[in-house]
Amino acid sequence: MAWHALFFYFFAILACGFALAVVFAANVVRMAFYLILSLGATAGLFFLAGAEFVGSMQLMMYVGGTLVLLVFGVMLTAQGPWVSIRTSGGDWVLAALVGGSLLAVLVPTVLRIDAAAPQPTAAKEKVASETAVPVPAQPTATRIGLGLVGVPTADHSGYLLPFEAISIHLLVVLVGAAYLARAKRRAKPLAAEEDEL
Amino acid sequence: MLAVAFQEIGIAHYLVVGAIMFVCGAVCMATKRNALGVLMGIELVLNGANINFVAFGSEFLNRNPQYGIGLDGQMIALFVIVLAAAEAAVALAIVLNFYNNHATVDVDRADELKG
Repeated sequence: MAWHALFFYFFAILACGFALAVVFAANVVRMAFYLILSLGATAGLFFLAGAEFVGSMQLMMYVGGTLVLLVFGVMLTAQGPWVSIRTSGGDWVLAALVGGSLLAVLVPTVLRIDAAAPQPTAAKEKVASETAVPVPAQPTATRIGLGLVGVPTADHSGYLLPFEAISIHLLVVLVGAAYLARAKRRAKPLAAEEDEL
Repeated sequence: MLAVAFQEIGIAHYLVVGAIMFVCGAVCMATKRNALGVLMGIELVLNGANINFVAFGSEFLNRNPQYGIGLDGQMIALFVIVLAAAEAAVALAIVLNFYNNHATVDVDRADELKG
């Protein structure tokens, strides 16, 4: 258990530290790099929580897909004066005030959650400690796959409809993004054709 | 508050990390003038929420499994990852369009809709 705590604090400090670095970096290229490291450390936290499928998806889709997209955006637009845009001091003060008060609300609330949760009674805890401990950890990928094709099991309901909805959503969004981002060089010839018609 | 640091790793530890990442993302969205910086803030916020989902769904962290949300937390985290990918694609297309039309990515210059 000591190793678990050690790795947790390692990944947690990496994730939070690089998230802070994203906030305080002025250069957009460095911000993208810090974001990659922060999200990669978050994948480590997911592995530690026993969510190995979500952790690997975080690495493959988030770090490998979404952030590569962001880095391409940075490379396309980071030219000359737009690499680092400074924020004025007044904005920093205001943002630190809002962010600090949000953190001051969230952290004490979160720290009380273990005390607020209903505790197991002594009898139940005895039964749980006798029965639950020897059960080996099951891999989650099989259960997640069964849930996505709509097989309800003991610990989750079927997810076929949300899976289909999000698949169509992703397809439509990617087609729309490709349509939006394409180069509009045909604008003038098309207008000329319309004039001819 | 410091006593939590010496306890066994539980849900509260994960939620603190999620809260810090959420606040970092919110501050990032509020202060960055580069449109891509705002996008990175959104990614941080979604990721902070994802940490909370995974922590609540984890069977290793929950001290009372009767009240856990089981595998649903990991499912919702997966859906959030997919939605973040879709959102990043569209937002990046909009930013590139804005850059093509205005030759800048400074969000403070996008004030043409101001009344």
